[in-house]
Amino acid sequence: MPSPHALIEGVFRVEATRIVASVARMVRDVGVAEEIAQDALVTALEQWPVKGTPDNPAAWLMTTARNRAIDRIRREARLAENLVELGHRLPSDVVPEIDTIEDDVLRLVFVTCHPVLAPQNRVALALRLLGGLTTAEIARAYLVPEATVAQRITRAKRTLAEKKVPFEVPAGDERPARLASVLEVVYLIFNEGYSASSGDDLLRPALCHDALHLGRTLAALMPAEPEVHGLLALLELQASRLRARTGDDSAPVPLDRQNRARWDQWLIRRGLAGLEKAQGLGGTFGPYTLQAAIAAEHARARTPDDTDWMRIAALYQVLLGALPTPVVALNRAVALGRALGPQAGLDAADALAGEPALRTYPLLPGVRADLLARLGRIDEARAEFERAAAMTGNVSEREALLSRARELP
Amino acid sequence: MRYLILLKAAENQLGGTPPPELFAEIAKLGEEATKAGVLLDTAGLTPSAAGTRVSLEDGKISVTDGPFTEAKETIVSYAMYELRSQEEAVEWTRRFLQVHVDFWPGWEGSSEIRRVMGPEDFGAAFAPE
Repeated sequence: MPSPHALIEGVFRVEATRIVASVARMVRDVGVAEEIAQDALVTALEQWPVKGTPDNPAAWLMTTARNRAIDRIRREARLAENLVELGHRLPSDVVPEIDTIEDDVLRLVFVTCHPVLAPQNRVALALRLLGGLTTAEIARAYLVPEATVAQRITRAKRTLAEKKVPFEVPAGDERPARLASVLEVVYLIFNEGYSASSGDDLLRPALCHDALHLGRTLAALMPAEPEVHGLLALLELQASRLRARTGDDSAPVPLDRQNRARWDQWLIRRGLAGLEKAQGLGGTFGPYTLQAAIAAEHARARTPDDTDWMRIAALYQVLLGALPTPVVALNRAVALGRALGPQAGLDAADALAGEPALRTYPLLPGVRADLLARLGRIDEARAEFERAAAMTGNVSEREALLSRARELP
Repeated sequence: MRYLILLKAAENQLGGTPPPELFAEIAKLGEEATKAGVLLDTAGLTPSAAGTRVSLEDGKISVTDGPFTEAKETIVSYAMYELRSQEEAVEWTRRFLQVHVDFWPGWEGSSEIRRVMGPEDFGAAFAPE
């Protein structure tokens, strides 16, 4: 028999986002909504062990939180002596159907990832409110002090309140841009887990799983948005390689050297199905769907030699149109190097030499090093590997690059 | 972390088929869990009469066709969730059984929650953090 405490923890973890979302629609302030949800949790922790567990613990928590919200609205309205406002904001007493709660969650998604917030504050707030992580868990995942995370979350909530960001799902023209901001948050979280920008470990799988969780929530809440499925497909396909991405010594293993038996076939199936869904919804393929299509080509190849590099290079060409960034251009160079030979790849990579955005990006010299090595220009390759190693802040990545340099004949 | 949740029951509980409302409620719960981003896969299993058991005993492999009448309970469905804690798995499972309480009075069975082992279970090299 689990302790009441464990039971409450379970219920709250499952229910927290929905409670915050539902209350936020009432009080129109995510900070206040979260406080109220926490209050309901504390009340449960006090009462359940004494009075016994309610028949429907989730509904109990929701009702308690909603009642507190109503109290608060009444108090504020009385202070403001504005009964019109009160009538407007007081929700019906009926416990909301699941459908309306899901609408509330979707509203919460768009508020939490609002472009008015700095990206890192959006990320922290999303993990807190949508992922249900504690401040300590977020801090641990990002290897930053807990106070920093707390500050980011506080700042984000304050900004939302100050800018009076409405609690709504954007419609019409505004929607694509807002959705892009939502997807970006999920992708940022995943990427920080998939290729950690700092610290000793290359991977922080917990963050990848948090991003997957958010992606799955979004896909279920917005089933008609192709790019949401495209993003989820991309994340699942990339995550399928998590187990193979590092060796026993936690050094990174490049794609063509990975043990494909360690790829998670189950995630690959889900990713391929998600990609099909994204493509089936029609329209112009967005950047995430295109990247998922590229990841799918790798996932389909049983051995590195089976990889359809021509198709991947073509997909990168299309992606470059949708997402004209130097990093995409660099990836296209890698694909060209495989499809048409190292000289073609090197030409494409060298064309990027002047890109300011790539000046401190270790992958540029890393890619050049690999292509130079394949062209037999060993001394230049070694220098480039060493240059790349000096540029990365990640310890395991640096080691891997240096060992590539040592491997050269 | 992935959790496999197995539902076990006596086959042909109460000698009848489950009420249709139960399926509707289970579907609703499934939708809820999907929208929460945690349900990855779920399905019911055909009765053990259509199953086969392959066992190894005394170094000998034998194949037996179902039904497996000697077993008191048999696995009737499974669900795969991705969750952060065992407590969350308990809560989703509790909800699943609550639906049975509400829509199939008299039904008895049990669910078993088992975490799927991941790389984190195989040594420090694959530690999640």
